[in-house]
Amino acid sequence: MKYINEFRDGKTARVIAAAIAAETRADRRYHIMEFCGGHTHAISRYGLSDLLPQNIRLIHGPGCPVCVLPIGRIDNAIDLALNRGVILATYGDCLRVPASGGLSLLKAKARGADVRMVYSSADALKLAQDHPEREVVFFAIGFETTTPPTAVALLQAEKLGQKNFSVFCNHVLTPSAIANILESPEVRLHGTVPLDAFIGPAHVSTVIGSQPYEHFAEEYEKPVVIAGFEPLDVMQAILMLVRQLNEGRAEVENEFSRAVTRAGNVKAQNLVAEVFELRKSFEWRGLNEVPYSALRIKAKYAAFDAERRFGIEYKSVADNKACECGAILRGLKRPQDCKLFGTVCTPENPMGSCMVSSEGACAAHYTYGRYKDAVGV
Amino acid sequence: MCLAIPVKVVELLDGDEATVDVGGVRKAISLALVDGIAVGDYVILHVGYAIQKLDPEEAEKTLALFAELGENLGAAPA
Ligand code: SF4
Repeated sequence: MKYINEFRDGKTARVIAAAIAAETRADRRYHIMEFCGGHTHAISRYGLSDLLPQNIRLIHGPGCPVCVLPIGRIDNAIDLALNRGVILATYGDCLRVPASGGLSLLKAKARGADVRMVYSSADALKLAQDHPEREVVFFAIGFETTTPPTAVALLQAEKLGQKNFSVFCNHVLTPSAIANILESPEVRLHGTVPLDAFIGPAHVSTVIGSQPYEHFAEEYEKPVVIAGFEPLDVMQAILMLVRQLNEGRAEVENEFSRAVTRAGNVKAQNLVAEVFELRKSFEWRGLNEVPYSALRIKAKYAAFDAERRFGIEYKSVADNKACECGAILRGLKRPQDCKLFGTVCTPENPMGSCMVSSEGACAAHYTYGRYKDAVGV
Repeated sequence: MCLAIPVKVVELLDGDEATVDVGGVRKAISLALVDGIAVGDYVILHVGYAIQKLDPEEAEKTLALFAELGENLGAAPA
């Protein structure tokens, strides 16, 4: 497919790898965090780490929307579906995320909850139109890429006067999560997570633009290169970061210029601003409470806010003790450091959220990387 | 979840929608988040919505950069 195949060419990948090898300096380290789960997936799937010199280490970040959703929020969704008689519409990735009491949305469905998988927020609205006698709640999750489609569906529902449709909003913000990692004691004080540079999100940035990252580059002196999700994009971004680090620069550069501008998609931003406002604080799996890191529905659209309509109360729930997702999401540990990895915990039977979505570090590593490490290559 | 792909717009439909070609399969998507899309344009498709228009010139520039890298390396004394 055009604009995909050209960016997956193996020969070119080796050319960029040779350039990286030629330009890395033996006397320094390059610890690069790929914030986004889409990059984690591409790195594992195409084995990109194998193409890099020893002193470049890629660290997985928390940019996997399913992985950072705390248990309490999934419990809320399950409660709506199981005990409140609603049709709960959700993206497929959410179905297997483990919640309290050994439940997941999928298991709740087996117990009779009306959980429907949708491809798009528009499909959720369509469910409400098709079932006027039922309450339909769209369980909305995701970063800035997925938020504008939710805004469109909600505004459309208002226009249609669709009274049986509401949104359980769990949308989160990328820049606050990056700031949280940079501010964490592991990075700032102890240096237990050495972090030299960031690969910036691809599709999130198509919406928010490259401008929001300028603050990190400046304030924390960390270079950021926004990269597309194809393997050559990731390799090129690593080369650009190596150059910045070698030259002592900390700037925002844009490798994904075919889809990302400095200002981003202003139309989408305006729709989001019309419907949503900042939450004072939101709990993330792995990062705990992060101030101003998520969105809620404005009072103006209260009629479409499932939290208000159903009086949803959030209760924080601790993760499974043996699961290392939290530490993995903060860049402290790797999937293979978890005792449950690949034995008790697999994508078919995930114990933690990082094993659920293909963008999760554990799932990506299980699917593409486990055997390589097992033989110690 | 965040996965999204470039697709080609083949027909504009009523109500801010368009038909796109996804690797040979036709699909209706929403254009509610983008402006000024014409038939033949490529857009990034995410959960049923076009989230951004793809800039073909910038794509060419990036590919040219890769090609240049190859030439430079080829020319450099190994
Ligand atoms: S392998 Fe499973 S239990 Fe271990 S950290 Fe990953 S998701 Fe959690």
